[in-house]
Amino acid sequence: MDILRFITAGSVDDGKSTLIGRLLYDSKSILTDQLEAIEKSSKTRGNGEIDLALLTDGLRAEREQGITIDVAYKYFATAKRKFIIADAPGHIQYTRNMITGASNVSLAIILIDARTGLVEQTKRHSIIASLLGIKHVLVAINKIDLVGYSEEVYYSIVSAYQQMADQLGIQSVNYIPISALNGDNFIQASPNTPWYQGKALLPFLEEVVIDDTVNLTNARFQVQYVIRPQTAEFPDYRGYAGKIISGIYKKGEQVNILPSGASTTIRKIEIAGEEVESAFAPQSVTLLLDTDIDISRGDSIIPAEETPQISNEITVLLCWLSEEPLQPFNKYILQHNNKRVLASVKEILYKLDVNSLTEEPANSVQLNDVVKVKIKTAERLVFDSYQQIQGTGAAILIDETSNNTVAAMMIQ
Amino acid sequence: MQAYTLNYLQQLEAESIYILREVMAQFEKPALLFSGGKDSITLAYLAKKAFSPGKIPFPFVHIDTGHNFEEALAYRDLLAKEFGITLIVRKVEDTIKKRNLKEATGKFPSRNWLQTFTLLDTIEEFQFDACIGGARRDEEKARAKERVFSVRNDFGQWDPKLQRPELWNIYNGKIHKGENVRVFPISNWTELDVWSYLKAENIPLPSIYFAHEREIIHHQGQLLAVSPFITIDADDIVEKKMIRYRTVGDMTCTAAVESNATTLDEVVHEIKQTRMSERGETRIDDRVTEAAMEDRKKNGYF
Repeated sequence: MDILRFITAGSVDDGKSTLIGRLLYDSKSILTDQLEAIEKSSKTRGNGEIDLALLTDGLRAEREQGITIDVAYKYFATAKRKFIIADAPGHIQYTRNMITGASNVSLAIILIDARTGLVEQTKRHSIIASLLGIKHVLVAINKIDLVGYSEEVYYSIVSAYQQMADQLGIQSVNYIPISALNGDNFIQASPNTPWYQGKALLPFLEEVVIDDTVNLTNARFQVQYVIRPQTAEFPDYRGYAGKIISGIYKKGEQVNILPSGASTTIRKIEIAGEEVESAFAPQSVTLLLDTDIDISRGDSIIPAEETPQISNEITVLLCWLSEEPLQPFNKYILQHNNKRVLASVKEILYKLDVNSLTEEPANSVQLNDVVKVKIKTAERLVFDSYQQIQGTGAAILIDETSNNTVAAMMIQ
Repeated sequence: MQAYTLNYLQQLEAESIYILREVMAQFEKPALLFSGGKDSITLAYLAKKAFSPGKIPFPFVHIDTGHNFEEALAYRDLLAKEFGITLIVRKVEDTIKKRNLKEATGKFPSRNWLQTFTLLDTIEEFQFDACIGGARRDEEKARAKERVFSVRNDFGQWDPKLQRPELWNIYNGKIHKGENVRVFPISNWTELDVWSYLKAENIPLPSIYFAHEREIIHHQGQLLAVSPFITIDADDIVEKKMIRYRTVGDMTCTAAVESNATTLDEVVHEIKQTRMSERGETRIDDRVTEAAMEDRKKNGYF
C-alpha cells in the first residue's frame, strides 16, 4: 500500500475544511467520539447541521472566526491507499502556511466556489502549486448545488481554469463538480450531475497514478550528521549519516566529495546498523568511505559520473514569507538541506503579477510576493535545478536576527 | 531485480530517523521525553537505529507524576539499562513542594497540568535546547496543527498563530538563548502505524498494553483502574475485568478498554476494528474543554 499526500487549497470559504470533513465522514474515518464531539459543538454554535469543518479547525481562534489559520494534517486510509491530507488556510494573510503544507505533497485539490469562479487566491494557490512542482491538480468546483447543478457554470469555470493552467504549465489537471456540504460526487457519481462522466472524488484519489516517484537515476546525498561512537568496540568508526535525496548508492562505488572535489570509494553502506549492498531514495542511511578525508555536515557525496551544479551564485524563484520586506544586500542564512551558508540577494529580476501572470520589474519584495532573484552565497553550493531534482533544488532563507524562516526558494 | 520502493512503514521510519539525526546535528543539548508509553518506546527504538552503531547520544527525561503504572516504570528502567542511556527522572511531587503548587482535587486528581512546571524546570536545570517528544498529529486537533520543529519561547509557550513556515524537509531549528524547540519525529504516524511498527519490529512493550485482569470502576462510560490515587465513592461498583491499555498515562486520567488481546497481532486487529479514537477512549482530561490541549501547549506542555 502506498501513501498519497495531498493538500486542499483555494480561497476563504470555498469549503476546504468541509471537503476534508466530508471525505473523512464518507470514508467512515471519523470515529464515534469525534463525531459526537463535533455534533455537540455544532449545536452550541447554533448551526443546526453538523459542521464538518470543526474536525480540522483545531485552534480556538479558528473555531471562533470560522476560518483556517494554519495547516492541519489529517490521516485516513481506505482499502487501496493511505492518505495524508494537509488542510491549508485560504486567507491571503496565511499564504505561508499554505506553502508549508504544499511543499510536501504530490497532489493539490484546488477548490473553487461555483458561484464566484476563479478569484485571486485561486490563482495564487495555483501559482504556488506550479512553482512547487506539484504535478497533479484536481480542481473541485464546489457548491455546485447552489448554482442549480448547472453544467454551463461548471464548464465555464473549467475553461477559465484550463487557460490559466496552460499558462502556468501545470501538466495534469482534472475537474470535478461537487457539493462538500451534501456529498455530491464524493463516493459515487451524483444523480444531480448526470452530465458529469468522470470519477467521483474518493475513487479518483484512490486510483490516480502518481508519477513523481523518486528519481532513481541521479544519485544525490548530503551529509547530515557524522556518527563517531568512539567506543572500545568501534574506536575508529566514522559514518556519514544522511538521507539519500535521489538515486541509488552501491557499495564499492567511486564517489566525489563536493564541493571540495576529493574522490574516494564507498566501503560500506549501513541502514540502522545493518550492512546492505545498495540503498536508494528516500532511505536514511550511513555511508562509510575508503579514505579518511575532511567531510562535514552539508558536504555532498556524489557518484563520480554524476555532475550536479556547483556555484556560489544561484538564480531562484522565491516566495517571500515574512511581514518584514526583503532587504537586498542584507545577509541571510541560506539553508540547503543540511548545509547553512550566508547569502544575500544581489538582484531582483522580476516579480510575478498574480492576476495577469506577467513578469513585472520590481525593486522591493513584500509578504507573499513571488520573485525571481539572483543570490550570492558565501560558500559554493552543490545543487540541481528544482525541476530536475526537487531535493537538491530547494532551499530556505532564515533571518539572522529573528531566526525566522522568511523565504522558500526553488533553484532555477 | 530488486524493487527500489519502500512500503509506508519504511517511508515513515526513514523520515523519523532523518528528523532525529537533524536534532543531533542542529542542537547542543537535546533530550528525549520518555514516558514508558508506546509512542516514546517507538521513538527510543528509532533513535537506536538513527545513531547505530553508536549509543543514543542524548539522555531520556521522564517527568514522573507519581501516578504511574508500576509496569511502565519497570519497563522504563529496563530499557534505559539495555540501551545504555542516561535516564533523568524529575518528580512532580518535588516541584509541588518546592513551588508550593496547589494539587488538583476531586475524584480523579490529575497532575497532568502540574507536570508542565516540572518539565520547564527540568529544561532550565539542564539547559536543554531541544526536547524530542512522541506526539502524533492524528491524536488531537491542536496537535494536528503543530510543526515537526515547534519553537517555544522563554516560557516554553507555543504560539499557534505564529508558527514558522516548515518547508520540504528543511528544518529550521535556529533559536535564541532561552528558547527551546520541541521536536516530534513521529508527527505523521497514526496510532495504527505505531502498533503496526511495534509488531513488525517485534518490540517488547509494558505488560499493561495486553489483556490482564484488573479491578476497575465505571466512570461516565470509561473504565478506571482502582488505585490509591483516585477516590472510590460508596456508590462506585468495583469489578474485576479483563482489560488492556491503549495508551499509558497517569493512573488518574487514563481509562482502560475491555479486551482479551494478549498478543500484538490481536491488539492490532482490535485497533483496526475500533470506532473510538485513542484519546476519546482513554483520556479523561481532554473531555474538559474543546481546547484543552491547545491551552496546555500554550502553557508549555509538550
